Amino acid sequence: MRLFEFTALQIKNKILSKEISVSDFIKNVFDRIKRVEPNIQAFITINEEEAIKKAIEIDRKIENKENVGLLAGLPIAVKDNICTKNLYTTCASKILKTFIPPYDAFVVKRLREEDAIIVGKTNLDEFAMGSSTENSSYKITRNPWNLECVPGGSSGGSAAAVAADFSLMALGSETGGSVRQPAALCGVVGIKPTYGRVSRYGLVAFGSSLDQVGTVSKDVRDAALLLGVIAGYDLHDSTSANVPVPDYLDRIDSGIDGLRIGIPKEYFTGSFNADVNKALKDALKIYERLGAQVVDISLPHTEYAVAVYYIVANAEASSNLARYDGVRYGHRTSKPSGIIDMYCRTRSEGFGNEVKRRIMLGNYALSSGYYDAYYLKASKVRNLIKNDFDAAFEKVDCIICPTSPVPAFKIGERANNPLEMYLSDIYTIPANLAGIPGISIPCGFSEEGLPIGMQILGKHFEEKKLLQIAYAFERETDFHVKKPVLKISSM
Amino acid sequence: MTYEVVIGLETHAELATITKLFCGCSTKFGVDPNTQVCPVCLGMPGVLPVMNKKAFEYAMKAAVALNCKIDEFTNFDRKSYYYPDLPKNYQISQNYHNLGVDGYMDISVNDAVSRIRIHNVHLEEEAGKLIHPEEVGADYSLVDFNRAGVPLLEIVSYPDMRRVDEVESYMQTLRKILLYTEVSDCKMQEGSLRFEASISLRKKGTDKLGNRVEIKNLNSMKSVLKAIEYEAIRQRDVLDRGETVDRETRLWDEVNEKSARMRSKEESQDYRYFPEPDLLPVLIDEKWLRAIKDTIPELPLVRRQRFIESFALSEYDASLLIDEKILADFFEECVKILNRPKAFCNWITNDLLREVKDRKLDIYHLKIKPKQLAALVEIIEKGTISSTIAKEVFSEMIQTGKDPKTVVEEKKLAQISDEGLIEEIIIKIISSNPDAIEDYKKGKKNALTFLVGQVMKETKGKANPKIVNDLLKEKVGI
Repeated sequence: MRLFEFTALQIKNKILSKEISVSDFIKNVFDRIKRVEPNIQAFITINEEEAIKKAIEIDRKIENKENVGLLAGLPIAVKDNICTKNLYTTCASKILKTFIPPYDAFVVKRLREEDAIIVGKTNLDEFAMGSSTENSSYKITRNPWNLECVPGGSSGGSAAAVAADFSLMALGSETGGSVRQPAALCGVVGIKPTYGRVSRYGLVAFGSSLDQVGTVSKDVRDAALLLGVIAGYDLHDSTSANVPVPDYLDRIDSGIDGLRIGIPKEYFTGSFNADVNKALKDALKIYERLGAQVVDISLPHTEYAVAVYYIVANAEASSNLARYDGVRYGHRTSKPSGIIDMYCRTRSEGFGNEVKRRIMLGNYALSSGYYDAYYLKASKVRNLIKNDFDAAFEKVDCIICPTSPVPAFKIGERANNPLEMYLSDIYTIPANLAGIPGISIPCGFSEEGLPIGMQILGKHFEEKKLLQIAYAFERETDFHVKKPVLKISSM
Repeated sequence: MTYEVVIGLETHAELATITKLFCGCSTKFGVDPNTQVCPVCLGMPGVLPVMNKKAFEYAMKAAVALNCKIDEFTNFDRKSYYYPDLPKNYQISQNYHNLGVDGYMDISVNDAVSRIRIHNVHLEEEAGKLIHPEEVGADYSLVDFNRAGVPLLEIVSYPDMRRVDEVESYMQTLRKILLYTEVSDCKMQEGSLRFEASISLRKKGTDKLGNRVEIKNLNSMKSVLKAIEYEAIRQRDVLDRGETVDRETRLWDEVNEKSARMRSKEESQDYRYFPEPDLLPVLIDEKWLRAIKDTIPELPLVRRQRFIESFALSEYDASLLIDEKILADFFEECVKILNRPKAFCNWITNDLLREVKDRKLDIYHLKIKPKQLAALVEIIEKGTISSTIAKEVFSEMIQTGKDPKTVVEEKKLAQISDEGLIEEIIIKIISSNPDAIEDYKKGKKNALTFLVGQVMKETKGKANPKIVNDLLKEKVGI
């Protein structure tokens, strides 16, 4: 097994036992990136120079027997909509092409405090708006399992980077499934924590009431490690929750005897990908064998979730993206004839089509005379969706369903049909609307050999239980260990 | 045709917190541009607002002082519009759940008290400031974000005013309340207190409100009054011609004393308000509200009445004193030390205010302390100095902050009551003014006044006037 193929916890042990040095490992990782990245295009910015410096620094600390952080020497990729001090943060948008934040996001600050090594900033759909990473203004990221397929989105760069062994772990962000869906499509583990579990400070806002930073990792235990570092209360985010962070790795192997798993009937109607269906059924059998009980439940307002999501998220986005005006930072058009011209041309040139579409939809939903019919009504239905989950969790401990209705689709296949693209988030969106946590783990492969993901949803702040449930499955299976066979052009 | 003028005011007051509403930047006025800014108040990507509790409590205090109803649930909303001085291109304000609603403020015009209803009081963030270059043909403007994010209180009145004297009293009373509650320094020249007026006309005796015109760019209370007078006449002329008044926003031109259309109702902005998702709603419980209520001091009109009743001051004097809370406080401190309200009132309303005006002193940072003014009054009563000399002593005190006794000693201003010494001087004066003595003996009474004046001149005003008078009369032989 090549070094970069190990998990974060395995590498951590090797580093702390001085079996390998951080510098050697980081060199190994960048060799891998240099060789394979041209075929994957997971990164917008690669942070090699700083990473090597940091590696030397951590090696010295270990040599001097100084205390090192929980992520000492572990390479981590960061989605390019999470602010990194002195390192480009573009949101895959032309409008922020030149933007270098003078501050770290809370989560990045935590990574640095725990001695993680930031290897680079990963590609995404522009401002995280999309489900395939095809909406990036810079490049199209390819799925390591099949280079003609999308990696999912919007955290497609992060999921592809972990799947292709460019980094041990990655940070992504979710507004409507943007961590879980690409994790599923790339055969890795993705967590969307409870809204408020992780500070949003420094995560470039898309839909503020839905946004949450999430983790991408090779297995469940690495997810527990990374979530433990980034979770917690932050004074700079009024919506972050002052709830103690448990040790997610502690007793992760407690098992699931007596677990009640809810299967929402609304999620299994209509046409359903046969491979996804079979993978899910097999997974549930494993859970039953481990002592869980599968219970049919109902989430009656599910059919409204996508509609509600696109009103709420776009309304908030239209306001959050108003600040990109060319006045203070980022792109500014050349030789504007006046302030209105400057705004119009700066934004016309700076934003891509999907972002423009959502800004227009959002502004429409908030405009005078439509607010009640759209935003206010959507907020009310959102509450009904929340209530659905509350009622379901009276009966069951968790809900299991597919992460995505289909495995990775071909690049360009859905790019011209926004509505069909929006529907690929149908299983992930409800959790964002309700603010509950979810984890996507590998649960099988399609006929074509593409990974299939299963997601487990739980009650607010029950990430620890979700990790235990996920780990119980992972321990019984080897889907997460399989590596894509990269058909790369010879370099 | 006779019309009734219907006037409402919107007031913006910057709150006197030392940091901004949603970040830790200083609110200090008059520093170099863009030196009090951070990623949060610059609206950089990914930053989030965190409520300044002090600012929120100041807003609560103002809402309580303006007799508003305070709901236990209040929330913030985003008000969207594009302008280069607004970093996020939305302002965090309140629209759906204002902090205070349905309040009122009593105002007094010619001693008749009337009640102006307050529609709402809410908290929002201040914008930055555009600086337009003076060079001809410049194709740019600059923005200073030092003010961006300073907490701003907006107070919206009902259209309950009919005359400019009411408007003047409303502005003055509101200013006093904000100063009394210490929530704002109300410095109009620094823009920390600003007004916008809305005016409509209707036929006398009718109820239906006419089309309303809003006036902006009013930089002083005087401008507000002038702009309202101008607008009332303009609308009257429009109506008299049989036309209708357009609903619009107009800008006041202070130099030419007239207004011009800024935008019509059709061009008015759609602010696309929606609840601010980055801030949690604020829940105000009984205990918190009571604690805030307990911090409200006696308000100006009540204080004025008490001054009249407890200290036997005239309405005029009491009004002068309560006009500035700091002066009324000063006065009360003095009275506590020495029970001479009338004397202190005179010192404060005459000498102190004159010195402040002449020497351009800041009444918030006076060097003279109540204890010192009380000591001054005390030594006048004891006869240590005359009331004429006292004015000189006071002037020195207000400039230097020295105790009256120190000033008297240093400048050797103590009154001369030594009869022997005064007699010597009188003899000298009599011998050098034989003509005056003659005149006096012929019955010219003012010759004595002249002689007294000569003695006072010789002693630089320090001789005890009574002793001088008595001894002079004795010497010239009456």
